[in-house]
Amino acid sequence: MALNNVSFELPSGAIMGLMGPNGAGKTTLVNVICGFYKPDSGTVKFQGRDITGIPPHKVCRLGIARTYQIPQPFGELTALQNVAVAGMYGRGVGKSAAESEALEVLKLTDLADKKDVPAKNLTTITLKRLEVARARATDPKLLLVDEPAAGLNETELPHMLEILAAIRQAGVTILLIEHVMQVMREAVDTIFVINEGTPIASGQPDEVMKDKRVIECYLGEYQ
Amino acid sequence: MDTLSDLATPLTMGILYGGLYVVIALGLSLVFGVMNVINVAHGDFVTLGGYVAFVAVTSLGLDPILWLIAGIPLFFIMGIVIQRFLLYRAFKMSIDAALIIAFGISLIIQNASQLVWTPLSRSLMTPYSFKSFQIGEVYIPLVYLLDFIAAVIVMLVVHQFLKRTYLGQAITAASQDRQTAELMGINPAVVYQYAFGIAMALAAIAGVFLGLTFPFNPTSGVRFLIIAFGVIILGGLGSMVGTFIGGMFFGLSQALGGYFWGPTGQLLVPFLMVLIVLTIRPQGLFGR
Repeated sequence: MALNNVSFELPSGAIMGLMGPNGAGKTTLVNVICGFYKPDSGTVKFQGRDITGIPPHKVCRLGIARTYQIPQPFGELTALQNVAVAGMYGRGVGKSAAESEALEVLKLTDLADKKDVPAKNLTTITLKRLEVARARATDPKLLLVDEPAAGLNETELPHMLEILAAIRQAGVTILLIEHVMQVMREAVDTIFVINEGTPIASGQPDEVMKDKRVIECYLGEYQ
Repeated sequence: MDTLSDLATPLTMGILYGGLYVVIALGLSLVFGVMNVINVAHGDFVTLGGYVAFVAVTSLGLDPILWLIAGIPLFFIMGIVIQRFLLYRAFKMSIDAALIIAFGISLIIQNASQLVWTPLSRSLMTPYSFKSFQIGEVYIPLVYLLDFIAAVIVMLVVHQFLKRTYLGQAITAASQDRQTAELMGINPAVVYQYAFGIAMALAAIAGVFLGLTFPFNPTSGVRFLIIAFGVIILGGLGSMVGTFIGGMFFGLSQALGGYFWGPTGQLLVPFLMVLIVLTIRPQGLFGR
């Protein structure tokens, strides 16, 4: 775990991309924000409040949710139960209310027909949507999405982007971590690029992708 | 024909008192499921459950099964206290620290039981202790049937609790993926507390049926801990059906081992089975 000097602000309601070559510290950053790692120095502020070092379950209840790049479902629970648990504990609603809300979220993510299938029997592509559904069910104000495109093909990708767009429409701020340039171009307003924990560029997607340092650090991977 | 009807007795008895092992193993696997800590004191909690029931029977004149109305909440609260003030503090440091604390609790219970109840073997005596019932040609002690009934009831209640209740869903989620459960707003400390409390309540129940079925002494806990391990390995970790079948299977092989090779075969045969299952199907008969 090593991250350095990272510093950025994400305005409420925005959708921002976080980019960087492998090992840049993107996932580490997500883990710091949602409370799995406690930084030795530096602060994480959310809605003006210092949340540095707060345990993950409290961060969740404050309104920050994340998805994993590799889906981490509760395998023995059905799709509906997976999402309902998130609603029950992420928002503190009762079990039956959480279940009926979960059904709405499953519809949003196009999973309604899979609701009674144990998550362990779902395909990776479906699980990618379940990740988003579960995070959505905690009713976040900020959603951290870790590589939603990884493993999706050309027809599945637009579908995923539609879902994320719908979530954003509902007023959720999104930080999108992604490698795929096409996703960034279509989905985000601004991009923030880090390398070895240090910011190297930020701005509109098209500008950032022309940035010399960005090109260098990405090409650097292949040398 | 003679051998077959002779075999009917150990077969039936083994399956029935296998129920006792199911109840013991369930508590162990519940805690392991959520905390990844092998609670090495679980067997001693079971014998403690037996001793406390012994006091209720001998000095209060209560029926041991009736005593559970008070014993279950008592042990549940004890479990929450132990988890909150002792085990969880160590657990926050490391799993090893929690394991050492559990070892410590185990030693304390064993030695304290020697002091209070002497090293003599005890059992829970009731008017139905020596009653038996008849199926065909076979006479079965009533207490063995009670073990089986207890196992069925405990399994159904725990299963429904995990599936249907608010807290049960959190325990289920946390036992499958603790980190992700935290991301969903589940406080792991609370889940551990309740899971441990429930495991202790199960130990109280197991203690009573242990005392009704077999004589026990202050060091019996170790033996039942190892048996519970065997049951979990046979059935597969994380599978409740597996634990149930595993318990029956263990009891069955123990009874058959005893029938063919006498007392020395009693535990040899089931643990041979455990070894075979570990070799052929390490995830257990019903494991994921």
